[in-house]
Formats: sequence, C-alpha cells, structure tokens
Amino acid sequence: MSLCTLTISEARAKLSARELSAVELTRAVLDRIQATDGRLHAYLHVCADAALNQAAAADRMLAAGAPPPPLCGIPIALKDVILTRGIPSTAGSKILEDFIPPYDATVTRRLREAGAVIVGKANCDEFAMGSSNENSAYAACRNPWNTDRVPGGSSGGSAAAVAADQACASLGTDTGGSIRLPAAFCGVVGLKPSYGRVSRFGVVAYASSLDQVGPVTKDVRDCALLLQAIAGHDPRDSTSVAAPVPDYTAEMDAGVRGLRIGIPREYFVDGMQPEVEAAVRRAIGCLEEMGAEVVPVSLPHTEYAVAAYYVVATAEASSNLARYDGVRYGYRAADVTGLADMYRATRARGFGNEVKRRIMLGTYVLSAGYYDAYYLQAQKVRTLVRRDFLHAFETCDVIATPVAPTTAFLVGEKTDDPLTMYLSDIFTIAVNLAGLPGVSVPCGFDDRGMPIGLQLIGRAFDETTLLRAAYAHEQMQDRPRPRPAL
Amino acid sequence: MRITTDEVRKVADLARLAFSEDELADLTQHFEKMLGYVEKLRELPTASVEPTAHAVDVTAPLRDDVVRNPDDHANTDVLLANAPDRKADFFRVPKIIE
Repeated sequence: MSLCTLTISEARAKLSARELSAVELTRAVLDRIQATDGRLHAYLHVCADAALNQAAAADRMLAAGAPPPPLCGIPIALKDVILTRGIPSTAGSKILEDFIPPYDATVTRRLREAGAVIVGKANCDEFAMGSSNENSAYAACRNPWNTDRVPGGSSGGSAAAVAADQACASLGTDTGGSIRLPAAFCGVVGLKPSYGRVSRFGVVAYASSLDQVGPVTKDVRDCALLLQAIAGHDPRDSTSVAAPVPDYTAEMDAGVRGLRIGIPREYFVDGMQPEVEAAVRRAIGCLEEMGAEVVPVSLPHTEYAVAAYYVVATAEASSNLARYDGVRYGYRAADVTGLADMYRATRARGFGNEVKRRIMLGTYVLSAGYYDAYYLQAQKVRTLVRRDFLHAFETCDVIATPVAPTTAFLVGEKTDDPLTMYLSDIFTIAVNLAGLPGVSVPCGFDDRGMPIGLQLIGRAFDETTLLRAAYAHEQMQDRPRPRPAL
Repeated sequence: MRITTDEVRKVADLARLAFSEDELADLTQHFEKMLGYVEKLRELPTASVEPTAHAVDVTAPLRDDVVRNPDDHANTDVLLANAPDRKADFFRVPKIIE
C-alpha cells in the first residue's frame, strides 16, 4: 500500500511509532500530486518546499519524545478561499490572482498549531459560487472516478484531492452544499459544521449568514479529528459561538441502538436517479438493522429553500464582494479614466460570469422597492425552513436524506443553464438556512461506477450524534475503502 | 416577471459592474428566469413570521478599545504589498476630483 493512501489516524499511528517520517509521508503526497494533478486540477497552488520544511519540523517534534500535537506531520490541503500567510489565496478568482495574504485564517493557524503540513491550496468555484467547480477562473477540477465528470462544487478541489490521495484530508467551505456535494460526488466524507461552530476569520466571505468551514476526509474518524482541530470560539469572529467543544471521537463508536432517524418524505422525489434512492434507502435499512428506529418526518417548506437561498446568498454576496474595488489589494484595470470607471472596469474584468450574475441578482433584491418583496420575504421563509427542522427534531435525533438527486454529471452538462445547476443543491441548501450540521458519507456507487452520498443532518451543535450515526453507517461499508483507479 | 434591459443596466451601475449589450441581454433573461423562480416565495403567508438573519443569535460583542499590536506600523509594507498602486505609505487611486 502506498503511503499517500493513509488516513489521518493510520498516519498518526505510524508517525508516533516512528515507522514513518513526516517527510516521507509529505513526499509521497507531493509525488502523488505530481503524478495525477495534470489530469485532475485539484490544486491551484502546491507549496512543496514549505510543506517539506513543515514536515521536517514535525519530525523533530516527533523525535523529541513529548506527546506530539494532534495532526503532527499530516499533509492537508486547504480550499483556496482560506487565507494562508505568504501563500497565494485566490478564491478561484482572477481578481485575487496576485494576492498573497499577510495573515492566516484562524482555521489555518489552528491547523499549523496542531502540527499539520499544508501541502497546497485546493481548486474551487470562484468565490465558492458553484456546484461543479467549473466556475474556477483557472481550471475546471475533474472527478477522480471519471475525469469526464465534475467533482461537484464549490469545494471540488478539496474533495478530489482527498479522493485521489493527493492529501490525507482537506478543508472546504459550505454555503449551500459546497462541502457535502463534492464529498458525495467524489466518494469521501464531508462535514458542514453547525453555523457558529468554526471561525470564519480569514476565510473569503461569500454569504456570511450561511458560510461554514468544514473537514473533507477519507473516513468518519478523520472527520471527527479534523473538526476537533478547527472547532471552537474565536474572538475574531463574532458569529463563532462560545459553546464548549466536545471530544468528537469519544462516543463515536457507541452505535445507533435507540437512535431515532427521521426520513423526510420531501427528500425522496420523482426524477431522482433510481440508484441514488436505492443506495440511500439501503443505507437507512442497515442503520435500522443495527438498532436505530426509523421514523417518518416532514419538512414541508423544502421546495422553497433553493429560492430563499438564492435571494439571501446573492444579497449577502453583493455586499461582501463590494470590497473588490481595485484599491487595496487584488487586480486593478489599467487604461481607465477616473475612479468610477476604474471600479467598473476592475470588477467587470476581474470577476467571472457566475460571480457577476450573483452580485447583480443580490443588488437587485436589496434595491429600493424590492427589498420587502424579495429579501425580507426570503428571510421569513428561512424562519419557516428552520422551524420545519426544529419540529422534526422533536421526534428524531438525526435526519437521513440523499446528498443530491444524481451522481456526478458530465463536465459542461449544466453550464448553459444556471438554474438547473443551482438545483444540484436542492437537498443540501435547507441545512445552511437552518444553521444545522450535515455530513455526507459514501453509501455506494451507481451503474457507471460514480459514488453516491448519504446525508445525515443533526441538531444544531450536535455533531457528536451526527458523527456517531455516520461512523455506524461506515462500519457497514466495503473495506478497504474503494479508491478511484486514476 | 418582466424585466427590461434598462432596469438591468441600472442594477449594473449600482453594483459597479459594466457589461456589453450582449451580456446585458443574457442577464435580462437570467433575471427573468430567476425572479420567476423565486416568485414562489410569495405563495407563503408570512405576515406573522419573524425574519431570520442568522441561524444563531448574533450580537456585536464589545471589547476594550486598546492597542493590542503596538508594532503594527512595522506591517505597513506587508499590508501595502498587495496594493495595485501605492505612493509612499498610501494607496494610490485615479484622480477623484477634477
């Protein structure tokens, strides 16, 4: 077995036992990137030298004998919206092509403090706006299971890199499904934590009332380990919540006996790919056999979630992206006449089409005369969506659904019709509106060999129960974990 | 929902964006489609529903107004390093007053 296939927990054991050095592990991962990324484009930037230096430092810590920090020597990729001091952070946009952050995001700092080796910056849709990674201004990342297909988005590079063993694990961000969808499409584990669980300080903002950073990993245990390293209050992000962070692996293997798993009928709709529905129902059946109680629940406002999202998210994006004005950092258009022209030309040339579409729609729904009709109404519908979940969680502990109605689609299949693309997130978006944690775990393959994801949704700040259910599910899956033949 | 190209042009101006005529035509179509789609939000009676801005209670915490990094002026160059144009310790912009 090649070193780059190791999970975090496997690598940790070998590093601690000194059977493996951090430099060897990082070198194996860098070699894998070198060998495969020409076909995948999972990375926008690989920092080989810095990574090897960090790995050497990790080896010194491991040799010193004291208990090493939790992610000591583990190679990790970060979505390019997460700022890394001294390492380019473009957010997949040309407007930030030459941007070198002068500081680390809090999640970056926490990973560094935990001893992690940052191998590079993962490809993504520009400003995290997209469901296929095709909106990256640099290259469309491909799905490792079939390079004619998309990896999902927007954290497509984060998921593809982990699936292809180009990193032990990665961080992504999820505003409407951007961790869970690519995790499902690439056959890896991806968790969107509860809103407020993880700091967003130093993370390029898209829609601030929805954005969360979360782990993308090879298995559920790694997911818990990586969440552990990044969760918790940060005085630099006033939306991060001061609730204590539990030990996420402590109860993970407690099983699902007695756990009530809610199945919302609105998430099993006509037009779903039959193999997806079959695999998800099979996974739910397995959890039932292990002692979980399956209960029907209803989330009646589900069909309004995508509409509410595209009002709320675009409104927030139009405000957040006002900062790209060509003055303090980023691209500035040359050959302009005056300041107003400079703003317009900079933004017109620096942003890609989808980003401009969303800024435009968001500006419109916030503009005089339309605010109440669209923005305020969407925020009220958000309340209804959230209440649906609160009501459902009176009779269940975890909700199980598909992550998406289909498996990974073809590159180019949905690029001509933004609305069709937006509907890829139909099963993930409500979770962001409600601020809940949701995890995507692999639950099988379709006839073409493309992975299928099971989504488990938990109560706010109850990642513990979510991970427990996800771990129990994982025990029923094939071992060893299937890997793409690249 | 009918939207005119002129309305879209006005929004572009508010958003400090510029588009070609072809792009404006495409955007007008996109607006019609999206506004038609989000129209369904109005089906729901919401007169007595409070809006949700954040899923958790978010308040603006206050802290003491103290200088925490007295050496920050040493970072001026670091911060200005990303500026597209600078003069001395300032961001430089095109002339704004004729």
